[in-house]
Amino acid sequence: MLDNTADAQKTPLVKVDNLKMYFPIYKGVFRRQVGEVKAVDDISFEIFEGETLGLVGESGCGKSSAGRAVLRLYDITDGSIVVNGHDISTSHGDNLRKLRPEMQMIFQDPQASLNPRMSVAAIIAEPLDEHQSLTKKARMERVFELMDAVGLSRDFAKRFPHEFSGGQRQRIGIARALALNPKFIVCDEPIAALDVSIQAQVVNLLEDLQDKLGLTYLFISHDLSMVRHLATRVAVMYLGKIVELAPRDLLYSDPQHPYTQALLSAVPEADPTVESSRTRIILEGDVPSPTNPPSGCNFSTRCPKVMDICKIDTPEFKQLKDGRHVACHLMK
Amino acid sequence: MLDGAAPILDVSDLKTVFTTRTGEVHAVNSVSFDLAPGELLGVVGESGSGKSVTMMSLIGLLPMPPAEIRGGTVMFEGRDILSMSPDELRDIRGSRIGFVFQDPMTSLNPTFSVGFQLMEPLRKHMGMNKKQARARAVELLELVGIPDALPRLSDFPHQFSGGMRQRVMIAIALACDPKVLIADEPTTALDVTIQAQILELVRELRHKLGMAIIWITHDLGVIAGIADRVMVMYGGQIVEQAPVRELFARPQHPYTRALLETLPSVTGERTERLKTIEGQPPAMREHPVACPFRARCVKAMDICARKNPPIVTLAGEHDVACFWDAKTGEARHAG
Repeated sequence: MLDNTADAQKTPLVKVDNLKMYFPIYKGVFRRQVGEVKAVDDISFEIFEGETLGLVGESGCGKSSAGRAVLRLYDITDGSIVVNGHDISTSHGDNLRKLRPEMQMIFQDPQASLNPRMSVAAIIAEPLDEHQSLTKKARMERVFELMDAVGLSRDFAKRFPHEFSGGQRQRIGIARALALNPKFIVCDEPIAALDVSIQAQVVNLLEDLQDKLGLTYLFISHDLSMVRHLATRVAVMYLGKIVELAPRDLLYSDPQHPYTQALLSAVPEADPTVESSRTRIILEGDVPSPTNPPSGCNFSTRCPKVMDICKIDTPEFKQLKDGRHVACHLMK
Repeated sequence: MLDGAAPILDVSDLKTVFTTRTGEVHAVNSVSFDLAPGELLGVVGESGSGKSVTMMSLIGLLPMPPAEIRGGTVMFEGRDILSMSPDELRDIRGSRIGFVFQDPMTSLNPTFSVGFQLMEPLRKHMGMNKKQARARAVELLELVGIPDALPRLSDFPHQFSGGMRQRVMIAIALACDPKVLIADEPTTALDVTIQAQILELVRELRHKLGMAIIWITHDLGVIAGIADRVMVMYGGQIVEQAPVRELFARPQHPYTRALLETLPSVTGERTERLKTIEGQPPAMREHPVACPFRARCVKAMDICARKNPPIVTLAGEHDVACFWDAKTGEARHAG
């Protein structure tokens, strides 16, 4: 449904259609379900082989839930997910487990996602132990190979996570994700916890690995300038929905959705001359709660260009002439 | 534009050391700077660069031990803060000098209403009665853009969103008309659209209230949009200091230059490959006898390992602590 002619020639490695991920809210002694958090509410996108799809949005917009749902770390509420030709939306147990090596994840906080009691070698080798039966020697060789690939000295193999800095820890997490030669990696805010000077190191590493190994990334981030640097195409999420999905340059030079426009204008630029002459769109108020989204367009409560229809009808996620997709009533 | 006015805050040669089980950490090394009335001074640096510890030291908010102030003076309104008694200090904190911290959830007390927390400094420092304090509290909430201020006084911090909580923090900091406001990463925990709201509010308030602000952040973009003057810290020292346009147009220190080059942009040219600063920040275990940046510096020379570069003042009120001269591309001539 989302294909245009240019896209049709490339094969999507990941195809997500109408994905919904609702989390139930329970209350009271009998844990009765009293509502649900619509973390991801009907999103569709494709990721082509070898590209990076940037998924951006503010906290609570559902970008991380979307990333986890795509890897089936959750049982999804509705929709279909096809990764590398396998429909994994309803797979369970062993079937899903067999597909795990193809799709991996890099987490935000390398402090929390590495077991403090395991050595670096044991952490990196864990996926190998789970999915392959290597000899002791072959296993260690693979670990060293991975450590070389992410720029960690082999001498560190016996050390523990607390002995490393944030950037190095993130390298350990990347090595673990690469262990089983995945095709598709979800990077969930992999640089958010790092200092500016270290962020660039990790981003360059991710790009090098992509070139070398032909990886496909879903790069989840709130850092719009970094996504501009990394991504081939960018999807912008707001309150559980994708509001705009477009090729990178098109999105940054000429954003169409009022939310994308406001979001981009709010990113501070490290240049006083640019900063003093920029027009900023300051959004009023806060993001509504995903347990009780507004009727009509989710952005209607804060949109500077809101119309009557926006409060009644949910805008359709439509393709425009230039190939991008926008969900807004302003689009003809 | 702020020339001539006597500084409202004058810090010289401040040294702070932490004693830990594994030895001493020299968190702040001979830091000197001043702040003019009404000025917004941006302080940038990465985690561990000493930017927060510097500000905490100068108003006595560090737990001692493990912290210890090894020397220096902090002159505020003609008196040395470092030699004040705890009572005198408490009088200044919260009334003459206000604070806003990074995380409004942990710096507001969850068990008291926002109104109570707003009225507390008014009654303590300004001697207001309950009714006066209440009226002023409503005024303050309106000032920082919280709608329906009166009924919201009885709400608790958890009933506010992140951006609104930060507005409450700012209202509390402004309660007693401080001369100086110290804001430590006040927008780091917020989303960009909410950050834009808070930055707009601060731009508006500083002119309305005429106070001086020290704004600590790691985000050079925020600094570019809000500061009059910028101070760059690395390894517990000030490595560069200049008016904002001067600093971004002609960065002198290799660290500042590298930092600006690592940043991708949303409006300018798109970078194909990000420049990096190799290596890790220093652990600051040793007494600072050499340049803290030398191990990661692309311009490092022999002298950098032997001596800590002194601060040199260049044209355009531009201070830099480096032996390398960005203008000539060679070692700076002593003089």
